[in-house]
Amino acid sequence: MFLINCPFCGERDQSEFSSGGEAHIVRPKQPTELSDDEWAEYLFMRKNIKGIQFERWNHVHGCRKWFNVVRDTSNDKILSVYKMGEKPPVNYK
Amino acid sequence: MKNKYSVFSLIKNALSQHENWQQAWGNPEPKKEYDAIIVGGGGHGLATAYYLAKKHNLKNIAVLEKGWIGGGNTGRNTTIIRSNYLWDASAGLYDHALKLWENLSQELNYNVMFSQRGVMNLAHNLQDVRDLKRRTHANRLNGIDAVWLNTEEVKKFCPIINTSPDIRYPVLGGTLQRRAGTARHDAVAWGYARGASEMGVDIIQNCEVKGIKRNGDGVEGLETTKGFIKTNKIGVVAAGHSSVIANMAGLKLPLESKPLQALVSEPVKPIIDTVVMSNAVHAYVSQSDKGELVIGAGTDSYVSYTQRGSHNIVEETLKAILELYPIFSRMKMLRQWGGIVDICPDASPIISKTNIKGLYFNCGWGTGGFKATPGSGDLFAHTIANDEPHKLNAAFNLNRFVSGDLVDEHGAAAVAH
Repeated sequence: MFLINCPFCGERDQSEFSSGGEAHIVRPKQPTELSDDEWAEYLFMRKNIKGIQFERWNHVHGCRKWFNVVRDTSNDKILSVYKMGEKPPVNYK
Repeated sequence: MKNKYSVFSLIKNALSQHENWQQAWGNPEPKKEYDAIIVGGGGHGLATAYYLAKKHNLKNIAVLEKGWIGGGNTGRNTTIIRSNYLWDASAGLYDHALKLWENLSQELNYNVMFSQRGVMNLAHNLQDVRDLKRRTHANRLNGIDAVWLNTEEVKKFCPIINTSPDIRYPVLGGTLQRRAGTARHDAVAWGYARGASEMGVDIIQNCEVKGIKRNGDGVEGLETTKGFIKTNKIGVVAAGHSSVIANMAGLKLPLESKPLQALVSEPVKPIIDTVVMSNAVHAYVSQSDKGELVIGAGTDSYVSYTQRGSHNIVEETLKAILELYPIFSRMKMLRQWGGIVDICPDASPIISKTNIKGLYFNCGWGTGGFKATPGSGDLFAHTIANDEPHKLNAAFNLNRFVSGDLVDEHGAAAVAH
Protein backbone atom coordinates (compact mmCIF):
# COMPACT_ATOMS: atom_id res chain seq x y z
CA MET A 1 0.00 0.00 0.00
CA PHE A 2 1.57 3.25 -1.13
CA LEU A 3 0.93 6.44 -3.09
CA ILE A 4 1.92 6.79 -6.73
CA ASN A 5 2.62 10.16 -8.27
CA CYS A 6 0.87 9.88 -11.64
CA PRO A 7 2.69 12.23 -14.08
CA PHE A 8 -0.73 13.36 -15.37
CA CYS A 9 -2.97 13.42 -12.28
CA GLY A 10 -0.64 13.77 -9.28
CA GLU A 11 -0.42 11.66 -6.16
CA ARG A 12 -3.10 8.95 -5.83
CA ASP A 13 -3.58 5.74 -3.87
CA GLN A 14 -1.95 2.64 -5.38
CA SER A 15 -5.35 0.90 -5.56
CA GLU A 16 -6.28 3.27 -8.44
CA PHE A 17 -3.46 1.83 -10.54
CA SER A 18 -2.77 -1.52 -12.15
CA SER A 19 0.72 -2.91 -12.32
CA GLY A 20 2.15 -3.70 -15.75
CA GLY A 21 5.22 -5.48 -14.44
CA GLU A 22 8.83 -5.09 -15.52
CA ALA A 23 9.50 -2.17 -17.88
CA HIS A 24 11.76 -1.87 -20.93
CA ILE A 25 11.17 -5.38 -22.26
CA VAL A 26 11.36 -4.63 -25.95
CA ARG A 27 8.97 -6.44 -28.28
CA PRO A 28 11.00 -8.45 -30.81
CA LYS A 29 11.50 -6.51 -34.03
CA GLN A 30 11.42 -9.64 -36.19
CA PRO A 31 9.17 -12.18 -34.45
CA THR A 32 9.46 -14.73 -37.26
CA GLU A 33 13.23 -14.95 -36.73
CA LEU A 34 13.03 -15.75 -33.01
CA SER A 35 14.10 -19.10 -31.56
CA ASP A 36 12.01 -20.85 -28.87
CA ASP A 37 14.55 -19.79 -26.24
CA GLU A 38 14.27 -16.15 -27.29
CA TRP A 39 10.47 -16.32 -27.18
CA ALA A 40 10.60 -17.84 -23.68
CA GLU A 41 12.95 -15.06 -22.58
CA TYR A 42 10.64 -12.37 -23.99
CA LEU A 43 7.33 -13.86 -22.81
CA PHE A 44 8.08 -15.47 -19.47
CA MET A 45 11.49 -14.76 -17.94
CA ARG A 46 11.53 -11.87 -15.48
CA LYS A 47 14.24 -10.25 -13.38
CA ASN A 48 11.85 -10.22 -10.38
CA ILE A 49 14.32 -8.01 -8.56
CA LYS A 50 14.50 -7.60 -4.80
CA GLY A 51 15.65 -4.00 -4.78
CA ILE A 52 15.39 -1.28 -7.39
CA GLN A 53 13.04 -2.25 -10.20
CA PHE A 54 11.97 -0.36 -13.32
CA GLU A 55 8.29 -1.07 -13.94
CA ARG A 56 5.16 0.03 -15.78
CA TRP A 57 1.94 1.22 -14.20
CA ASN A 58 -1.43 2.17 -15.66
CA HIS A 59 -3.68 4.71 -13.93
CA VAL A 60 -6.64 2.45 -14.68
CA HIS A 61 -9.14 4.19 -12.39
CA GLY A 62 -7.97 7.67 -13.41
CA CYS A 63 -6.51 9.02 -16.63
CA ARG A 64 -5.90 5.46 -17.93
CA LYS A 65 -2.44 6.42 -19.17
CA TRP A 66 0.66 4.23 -18.91
CA PHE A 67 3.91 5.47 -17.38
CA ASN A 68 7.11 4.15 -15.79
CA VAL A 69 8.11 3.97 -12.13
CA VAL A 70 11.38 3.20 -10.35
CA ARG A 71 10.52 1.42 -7.11
CA ASP A 72 12.49 -0.41 -4.44
CA THR A 73 10.62 -3.73 -4.14
CA SER A 74 12.20 -4.46 -0.76
CA ASN A 75 10.36 -1.56 0.91
CA ASP A 76 7.91 -0.29 -1.76
CA LYS A 77 9.52 3.18 -1.83
CA ILE A 78 9.03 4.94 -5.15
CA LEU A 79 12.22 6.65 -6.27
CA SER A 80 11.23 8.14 -9.60
CA VAL A 81 8.34 8.42 -12.07
CA TYR A 82 8.81 9.09 -15.79
CA LYS A 83 6.64 9.04 -18.88
CA MET A 84 6.53 6.38 -21.59
CA GLY A 85 9.17 7.00 -24.22
CA GLU A 86 11.39 8.93 -21.83
CA LYS A 87 14.84 7.61 -21.03
CA PRO A 88 15.01 5.84 -17.63
CA PRO A 89 16.86 7.84 -14.96
CA VAL A 90 20.53 6.89 -14.94
CA ASN A 91 21.23 7.36 -11.24
CA TYR A 92 19.58 4.03 -10.37
CA LYS A 93 20.97 0.69 -11.39
CA MET B 1 13.98 -43.29 16.33
CA LYS B 2 15.96 -42.48 19.47
CA ASN B 3 13.31 -40.51 21.28
CA LYS B 4 10.06 -41.91 19.97
CA TYR B 5 7.05 -39.90 21.05
CA SER B 6 4.30 -42.07 22.53
CA VAL B 7 1.79 -42.11 25.34
CA PHE B 8 4.50 -43.73 27.49
CA SER B 9 7.06 -40.98 26.79
CA LEU B 10 4.35 -38.46 27.63
CA ILE B 11 3.64 -40.11 30.99
CA LYS B 12 7.35 -40.53 31.74
CA ASN B 13 8.03 -36.86 31.05
CA ALA B 14 4.97 -35.76 32.97
CA LEU B 15 6.56 -37.30 36.08
CA SER B 16 9.54 -34.95 35.67
CA GLN B 17 7.36 -31.87 35.04
CA HIS B 18 8.15 -32.02 31.29
CA GLU B 19 11.60 -30.60 31.95
CA ASN B 20 13.59 -33.43 30.38
CA TRP B 21 12.29 -33.51 26.80
CA GLN B 22 15.20 -33.66 24.40
CA GLN B 23 15.74 -31.08 21.70
CA ALA B 24 13.75 -32.17 18.65
CA TRP B 25 16.48 -31.21 16.15
CA GLY B 26 20.12 -30.20 16.40
CA ASN B 27 21.69 -26.79 16.00
CA PRO B 28 25.05 -27.59 14.36
CA GLU B 29 27.69 -25.35 12.81
CA PRO B 30 28.14 -26.00 9.08
CA LYS B 31 30.73 -28.58 8.00
CA LYS B 32 33.23 -27.72 5.25
CA GLU B 33 31.54 -29.92 2.67
CA TYR B 34 28.22 -31.66 2.01
CA ASP B 35 26.97 -34.15 -0.60
CA ALA B 36 23.90 -31.97 -1.07
CA ILE B 37 22.71 -28.65 0.29
CA ILE B 38 19.09 -27.56 0.41
CA VAL B 39 18.63 -23.78 0.41
CA GLY B 40 15.52 -22.89 2.38
CA GLY B 41 14.30 -24.43 5.64
CA GLY B 42 10.58 -24.27 5.07
CA GLY B 43 8.29 -27.29 4.86
CA HIS B 44 9.30 -28.12 1.27
CA GLY B 45 13.05 -27.80 1.95
CA LEU B 46 12.97 -29.84 5.16
CA ALA B 47 10.79 -32.49 3.48
CA THR B 48 13.30 -32.65 0.61
CA ALA B 49 16.16 -33.25 3.05
CA TYR B 50 14.07 -35.82 4.94
CA TYR B 51 13.28 -37.88 1.82
CA LEU B 52 16.85 -37.53 0.48
CA ALA B 53 18.13 -39.09 3.69
CA LYS B 54 15.35 -41.62 4.07
CA LYS B 55 14.73 -42.89 0.53
CA HIS B 56 17.91 -42.05 -1.34
CA ASN B 57 20.44 -42.90 1.33
CA LEU B 58 22.22 -39.56 1.19
CA LYS B 59 23.34 -38.74 4.72
CA ASN B 60 25.72 -35.81 4.44
CA ILE B 61 23.08 -33.15 3.80
CA ALA B 62 22.58 -29.62 5.08
CA VAL B 63 19.52 -27.39 5.06
CA LEU B 64 20.42 -23.68 5.13
CA GLU B 65 17.80 -21.26 6.43
CA LYS B 66 18.34 -17.50 6.55
CA GLY B 67 15.87 -17.04 9.42
CA TRP B 68 14.34 -19.80 11.52
CA ILE B 69 12.79 -22.98 10.12
CA GLY B 70 9.16 -22.67 9.06
CA GLY B 71 9.26 -18.89 9.53
CA GLY B 72 8.45 -18.07 5.92
CA ASN B 73 5.42 -19.13 3.94
CA THR B 74 5.19 -22.45 5.84
CA GLY B 75 4.12 -20.51 8.91
CA ARG B 76 2.07 -17.91 7.01
CA ASN B 77 -0.38 -19.88 4.89
CA THR B 78 -3.99 -20.83 5.66
CA THR B 79 -3.11 -24.57 5.85
CA ILE B 80 -5.60 -25.77 3.23
CA ILE B 81 -4.85 -29.19 1.74
CA ARG B 82 -6.71 -30.54 -1.31
CA SER B 83 -5.95 -32.25 -4.62
CA ASN B 84 -8.96 -31.36 -6.79
CA TYR B 85 -6.96 -29.95 -9.70
CA LEU B 86 -8.18 -30.05 -13.28
CA TRP B 87 -5.23 -31.21 -15.37
CA ASP B 88 -3.80 -34.73 -15.17
CA ALA B 89 -0.27 -33.56 -14.32
CA SER B 90 -1.50 -31.42 -11.41
CA ALA B 91 -3.92 -34.07 -10.17
CA GLY B 92 -1.06 -36.59 -10.09
CA LEU B 93 1.23 -34.23 -8.21
CA TYR B 94 -1.23 -32.97 -5.60
CA ASP B 95 -2.90 -36.32 -4.98
CA HIS B 96 0.52 -37.89 -4.42
CA ALA B 97 0.99 -35.26 -1.72
CA LEU B 98 -2.47 -35.86 -0.25
CA LYS B 99 -1.77 -39.60 0.02
CA LEU B 100 1.43 -38.83 1.93
CA TRP B 101 -0.47 -36.40 4.21
CA GLU B 102 -2.85 -39.21 5.17
CA ASN B 103 -0.04 -41.11 6.88
CA LEU B 104 2.32 -38.26 7.73
CA SER B 105 1.83 -38.13 11.51
CA GLN B 106 2.68 -41.86 11.73
CA GLU B 107 5.56 -41.52 9.25
CA LEU B 108 7.15 -38.69 11.23
CA ASN B 109 6.03 -39.81 14.71
CA TYR B 110 4.92 -36.22 15.07
CA ASN B 111 1.33 -35.03 15.22
CA VAL B 112 0.80 -32.74 12.24
CA MET B 113 -2.89 -32.49 13.16
CA PHE B 114 -4.02 -33.46 9.66
CA SER B 115 -7.78 -33.08 9.66
CA GLN B 116 -9.80 -34.33 6.68
CA ARG B 117 -12.70 -31.98 7.28
CA GLY B 118 -13.43 -31.52 3.59
CA VAL B 119 -12.92 -28.55 1.29
CA MET B 120 -15.92 -27.03 -0.46
CA ASN B 121 -15.53 -24.74 -3.49
CA LEU B 122 -18.52 -22.51 -4.23
CA ALA B 123 -19.96 -21.55 -7.62
CA HIS B 124 -21.55 -18.11 -7.98
CA ASN B 125 -22.44 -17.89 -11.66
CA LEU B 126 -23.28 -20.22 -14.54
CA GLN B 127 -19.71 -20.35 -15.82
CA ASP B 128 -18.51 -21.33 -12.32
CA VAL B 129 -21.12 -24.12 -12.31
CA ARG B 130 -19.93 -25.45 -15.67
CA ASP B 131 -16.24 -25.19 -14.75
CA LEU B 132 -16.65 -26.81 -11.35
CA LYS B 133 -18.81 -29.65 -12.71
CA ARG B 134 -16.21 -30.26 -15.41
CA ARG B 135 -13.54 -30.34 -12.71
CA THR B 136 -15.42 -32.90 -10.58
CA HIS B 137 -15.64 -35.19 -13.64
CA ALA B 138 -11.94 -34.71 -14.40
CA ASN B 139 -11.08 -35.41 -10.75
CA ARG B 140 -13.10 -38.62 -10.67
CA LEU B 141 -11.47 -39.87 -13.88
CA ASN B 142 -8.15 -39.35 -12.08
CA GLY B 143 -9.31 -41.28 -9.01
CA ILE B 144 -9.71 -38.17 -6.87
CA ASP B 145 -12.87 -37.94 -4.77
CA ALA B 146 -15.13 -35.07 -5.78
CA VAL B 147 -18.86 -34.46 -5.66
CA TRP B 148 -21.09 -31.70 -6.93
CA LEU B 149 -23.50 -30.18 -4.38
CA ASN B 150 -26.54 -28.12 -5.29
CA THR B 151 -27.48 -25.03 -3.27
CA GLU B 152 -29.57 -26.98 -0.74
CA GLU B 153 -26.79 -29.51 -0.24
CA VAL B 154 -24.26 -26.68 0.26
CA LYS B 155 -26.54 -25.19 2.92
CA LYS B 156 -26.91 -28.58 4.59
CA PHE B 157 -23.15 -29.18 4.61
CA CYS B 158 -22.33 -25.73 5.96
CA PRO B 159 -25.47 -24.13 7.47
CA ILE B 160 -23.96 -20.70 8.18
CA ILE B 161 -23.55 -19.87 4.48
CA ASN B 162 -26.02 -17.32 3.18
CA THR B 163 -27.68 -19.11 0.23
CA SER B 164 -30.30 -16.44 -0.40
CA PRO B 165 -30.80 -15.90 -4.16
CA ASP B 166 -30.88 -12.15 -3.49
CA ILE B 167 -27.23 -11.59 -2.63
CA ARG B 168 -24.86 -10.03 -5.15
CA TYR B 169 -23.10 -13.31 -5.91
CA PRO B 170 -25.63 -16.04 -5.01
CA VAL B 171 -24.45 -19.57 -4.20
CA LEU B 172 -25.47 -21.76 -7.15
CA GLY B 173 -23.79 -24.89 -5.82
CA GLY B 174 -20.32 -26.15 -5.06
CA THR B 175 -17.89 -29.03 -5.17
CA LEU B 176 -16.75 -31.02 -2.18
CA GLN B 177 -13.58 -33.03 -1.70
CA ARG B 178 -14.06 -34.95 1.52
CA ARG B 179 -10.45 -36.20 1.75
CA ALA B 180 -9.24 -32.60 1.73
CA GLY B 181 -8.76 -30.55 4.89
CA THR B 182 -6.15 -28.77 6.96
CA ALA B 183 -3.00 -29.48 9.00
CA ARG B 184 -0.96 -27.64 11.60
CA HIS B 185 1.62 -25.85 9.47
CA ASP B 186 4.38 -25.34 12.08
CA ALA B 187 4.17 -29.00 13.08
CA VAL B 188 4.89 -30.02 9.49
CA ALA B 189 8.17 -28.06 9.48
CA TRP B 190 9.07 -29.27 12.98
CA GLY B 191 8.17 -32.88 12.24
CA TYR B 192 10.28 -33.00 9.08
CA ALA B 193 13.13 -31.16 10.84
CA ARG B 194 13.11 -33.68 13.68
CA GLY B 195 12.96 -36.63 11.29
CA ALA B 196 15.75 -35.25 9.08
CA SER B 197 17.94 -34.28 12.03
CA GLU B 198 17.56 -37.79 13.43
CA MET B 199 19.01 -39.19 10.18
CA GLY B 200 22.01 -36.87 10.39
CA VAL B 201 20.87 -33.90 8.30
CA ASP B 202 22.43 -30.63 9.53
CA ILE B 203 19.74 -27.95 9.90
CA ILE B 204 21.58 -24.64 9.96
CA GLN B 205 19.46 -21.63 10.87
CA ASN B 206 20.39 -17.94 10.60
CA CYS B 207 22.60 -18.78 7.64
CA GLU B 208 21.87 -16.75 4.54
CA VAL B 209 23.17 -17.71 1.11
CA LYS B 210 25.11 -14.83 -0.47
CA GLY B 211 26.47 -16.40 -3.62
CA ILE B 212 26.77 -19.55 -5.70
CA LYS B 213 30.26 -20.58 -6.77
CA ARG B 214 30.26 -21.99 -10.28
CA ASN B 215 32.69 -24.54 -11.64
CA GLY B 216 32.62 -24.99 -15.39
CA ASP B 217 29.13 -26.22 -16.22
CA GLY B 218 28.40 -27.16 -12.60
CA VAL B 219 28.46 -25.75 -9.09
CA GLU B 220 31.22 -25.86 -6.49
CA GLY B 221 29.58 -24.48 -3.35
CA LEU B 222 27.78 -21.68 -1.59
CA GLU B 223 28.97 -18.42 -0.10
CA THR B 224 26.99 -17.93 3.10
CA THR B 225 26.95 -15.66 6.14
CA LYS B 226 28.64 -18.59 7.94
CA GLY B 227 31.41 -18.87 5.35
CA PHE B 228 31.98 -20.92 2.20
CA ILE B 229 30.43 -24.40 2.12
CA LYS B 230 31.51 -26.87 -0.54
CA THR B 231 29.00 -29.02 -2.43
CA ASN B 232 28.22 -30.04 -5.98
CA LYS B 233 24.46 -30.54 -5.52
CA ILE B 234 22.30 -27.58 -4.58
CA GLY B 235 18.52 -27.77 -4.25
CA VAL B 236 16.91 -24.36 -3.98
CA VAL B 237 13.52 -24.20 -2.23
CA ALA B 238 13.38 -20.49 -1.45
CA ALA B 239 9.76 -19.61 -2.40
CA GLY B 240 9.45 -15.83 -2.88
CA HIS B 241 13.24 -15.41 -2.95
CA SER B 242 13.89 -18.04 -5.66
CA SER B 243 14.69 -15.38 -8.26
CA VAL B 244 17.20 -13.79 -5.88
CA ILE B 245 19.08 -17.09 -5.52
CA ALA B 246 18.77 -17.86 -9.26
CA ASN B 247 20.31 -14.48 -10.00
CA MET B 248 23.41 -15.52 -8.02
CA ALA B 249 23.96 -18.30 -10.55
CA GLY B 250 23.21 -16.04 -13.50
CA LEU B 251 19.81 -17.68 -14.11
CA LYS B 252 16.50 -16.00 -14.82
CA LEU B 253 13.24 -17.68 -13.77
CA PRO B 254 9.69 -17.15 -15.06
CA LEU B 255 8.56 -15.91 -11.65
CA GLU B 256 7.05 -12.84 -10.07
CA SER B 257 7.11 -12.47 -6.28
CA LYS B 258 4.06 -10.86 -4.74
CA PRO B 259 2.65 -10.41 -1.24
CA LEU B 260 -0.21 -12.75 -0.30
CA GLN B 261 -2.17 -11.98 2.84
CA ALA B 262 -4.07 -13.91 5.46
CA LEU B 263 -5.77 -12.92 8.68
CA VAL B 264 -7.31 -14.50 11.75
CA SER B 265 -10.16 -13.43 13.98
CA GLU B 266 -10.56 -13.58 17.72
CA PRO B 267 -11.18 -17.18 18.86
CA VAL B 268 -14.80 -18.33 19.15
CA LYS B 269 -16.59 -21.64 19.79
CA PRO B 270 -16.77 -24.14 16.89
CA ILE B 271 -18.92 -22.66 14.14
CA ILE B 272 -17.52 -23.92 10.84
CA ASP B 273 -16.28 -27.53 10.67
CA THR B 274 -15.00 -27.53 7.10
CA VAL B 275 -13.04 -25.33 4.69
CA VAL B 276 -15.06 -23.16 2.31
CA MET B 277 -13.40 -21.48 -0.65
CA SER B 278 -14.98 -19.14 -3.12
CA ASN B 279 -12.76 -18.04 -5.97
CA ALA B 280 -15.31 -15.79 -7.68
CA VAL B 281 -15.59 -13.46 -4.70
CA HIS B 282 -12.18 -14.45 -3.29
CA ALA B 283 -13.01 -15.56 0.23
CA TYR B 284 -11.56 -18.61 1.94
CA VAL B 285 -12.46 -19.48 5.48
CA SER B 286 -11.89 -22.25 7.98
CA GLN B 287 -11.62 -22.40 11.75
CA SER B 288 -8.42 -23.29 13.58
CA ASP B 289 -8.38 -25.68 16.54
CA LYS B 290 -7.89 -22.61 18.75
CA GLY B 291 -11.21 -21.25 17.44
CA GLU B 292 -9.92 -18.43 15.25
CA LEU B 293 -11.43 -17.96 11.82
CA VAL B 294 -8.57 -18.36 9.34
CA ILE B 295 -9.17 -16.20 6.30
CA GLY B 296 -7.15 -16.15 3.11
CA ALA B 297 -7.04 -12.98 1.03
CA GLY B 298 -5.60 -12.33 -2.42
CA THR B 299 -2.23 -11.26 -3.78
CA ASP B 300 -1.21 -7.74 -4.60
CA SER B 301 -0.84 -7.08 -8.31
CA TYR B 302 2.75 -5.82 -8.13
CA VAL B 303 6.15 -7.35 -7.35
CA SER B 304 7.14 -6.76 -3.75
CA TYR B 305 9.24 -8.46 -1.07
CA THR B 306 7.74 -6.55 1.87
CA GLN B 307 5.70 -9.37 3.53
CA ARG B 308 2.91 -6.83 4.16
CA GLY B 309 0.31 -6.46 1.40
CA SER B 310 -2.27 -3.76 0.79
CA HIS B 311 -5.21 -2.88 2.97
CA ASN B 312 -7.71 -2.80 0.10
CA ILE B 313 -7.07 -6.50 -0.61
CA VAL B 314 -8.10 -7.41 2.93
CA GLU B 315 -11.09 -5.10 2.75
CA GLU B 316 -12.41 -6.81 -0.39
CA THR B 317 -11.99 -10.26 1.11
CA LEU B 318 -13.85 -9.27 4.26
CA LYS B 319 -16.67 -7.73 2.21
CA ALA B 320 -17.14 -11.08 0.47
CA ILE B 321 -16.90 -13.00 3.76
CA LEU B 322 -19.60 -10.82 5.30
CA GLU B 323 -21.98 -11.31 2.40
CA LEU B 324 -21.54 -15.08 2.47
CA TYR B 325 -21.51 -15.33 6.30
CA PRO B 326 -23.63 -12.54 7.84
CA ILE B 327 -23.15 -14.32 11.20
CA PHE B 328 -19.52 -13.05 11.26
CA SER B 329 -20.48 -9.39 11.03
CA ARG B 330 -19.41 -8.56 14.58
CA MET B 331 -16.24 -10.70 14.66
CA LYS B 332 -13.05 -8.82 15.39
CA MET B 333 -9.94 -9.55 13.37
CA LEU B 334 -6.87 -10.12 15.53
CA ARG B 335 -3.89 -10.41 13.22
CA GLN B 336 -3.05 -9.86 9.57
CA TRP B 337 0.18 -10.74 7.79
CA GLY B 338 1.71 -11.29 4.38
CA GLY B 339 4.04 -13.80 2.79
CA ILE B 340 5.92 -13.48 -0.48
CA VAL B 341 4.70 -15.99 -3.05
CA ASP B 342 6.50 -16.82 -6.28
CA ILE B 343 4.00 -17.06 -9.10
CA CYS B 344 4.60 -18.79 -12.45
CA PRO B 345 2.88 -17.58 -15.63
CA ASP B 346 0.84 -20.83 -15.72
CA ALA B 347 0.23 -20.92 -11.94
CA SER B 348 1.93 -24.33 -11.70
CA PRO B 349 5.13 -25.08 -9.81
CA ILE B 350 8.63 -25.83 -11.10
CA ILE B 351 10.40 -28.94 -9.71
CA SER B 352 13.26 -29.16 -12.06
CA LYS B 353 16.87 -29.49 -13.10
CA THR B 354 18.43 -26.41 -14.64
CA ASN B 355 21.01 -25.99 -17.39
CA ILE B 356 23.64 -25.72 -14.63
CA LYS B 357 24.77 -29.19 -13.54
CA GLY B 358 23.95 -29.92 -9.90
CA LEU B 359 21.64 -26.92 -9.46
CA TYR B 360 17.97 -27.75 -8.94
CA PHE B 361 14.97 -25.53 -8.33
CA ASN B 362 11.71 -26.23 -6.53
CA CYS B 363 9.69 -23.03 -6.81
CA GLY B 364 6.72 -21.30 -8.38
CA TRP B 365 4.21 -22.75 -5.91
CA GLY B 366 2.53 -19.37 -5.84
CA THR B 367 -0.48 -19.17 -3.56
CA GLY B 368 -0.91 -22.90 -2.98
CA GLY B 369 2.30 -24.64 -1.94
CA PHE B 370 1.50 -25.81 1.58
CA LYS B 371 -0.82 -28.60 0.43
CA ALA B 372 1.97 -30.11 -1.65
CA THR B 373 4.66 -30.12 1.07
CA PRO B 374 5.19 -33.91 1.45
CA GLY B 375 4.82 -34.66 -2.28
CA SER B 376 7.02 -31.75 -3.28
CA GLY B 377 9.79 -32.88 -0.91
CA ASP B 378 9.53 -36.49 -2.06
CA LEU B 379 9.66 -35.66 -5.77
CA PHE B 380 12.36 -32.99 -5.43
CA ALA B 381 14.51 -35.45 -3.44
CA HIS B 382 14.05 -37.97 -6.25
CA THR B 383 15.03 -35.34 -8.85
CA ILE B 384 18.17 -34.33 -6.94
CA ALA B 385 19.27 -37.89 -6.10
CA ASN B 386 18.80 -39.29 -9.61
CA ASP B 387 19.51 -36.13 -11.58
CA GLU B 388 16.25 -37.01 -13.36
CA PRO B 389 12.67 -36.05 -12.53
CA HIS B 390 10.18 -38.59 -11.20
CA LYS B 391 7.33 -39.24 -13.66
CA LEU B 392 4.98 -37.25 -11.39
CA ASN B 393 7.05 -34.06 -11.66
CA ALA B 394 8.36 -34.50 -15.21
CA ALA B 395 5.73 -32.08 -16.55
CA PHE B 396 6.80 -29.43 -14.03
CA ASN B 397 10.18 -28.79 -15.64
CA LEU B 398 11.69 -25.41 -16.33
CA ASN B 399 11.89 -26.16 -20.04
CA ARG B 400 8.08 -26.02 -20.43
CA PHE B 401 8.36 -22.26 -20.80
CA VAL B 402 10.53 -22.83 -23.88
CA SER B 403 8.62 -25.79 -25.35
CA GLY B 404 5.23 -24.17 -24.64
CA ASP B 405 3.96 -27.31 -22.88
CA LEU B 406 2.49 -25.33 -19.96
CA VAL B 407 0.39 -26.82 -17.15
CA ASP B 408 -2.09 -24.00 -17.27
CA GLU B 409 -3.98 -24.15 -14.01
CA HIS B 410 -4.94 -20.47 -14.01
CA GLY B 411 -8.63 -20.46 -13.20
CA ALA B 412 -8.77 -24.24 -13.55
CA ALA B 413 -7.46 -25.09 -10.11
CA ALA B 414 -10.58 -24.21 -8.12
CA VAL B 415 -8.86 -21.06 -6.96
CA ALA B 416 -8.27 -17.60 -8.33
CA HIS B 417 -4.60 -16.70 -8.39
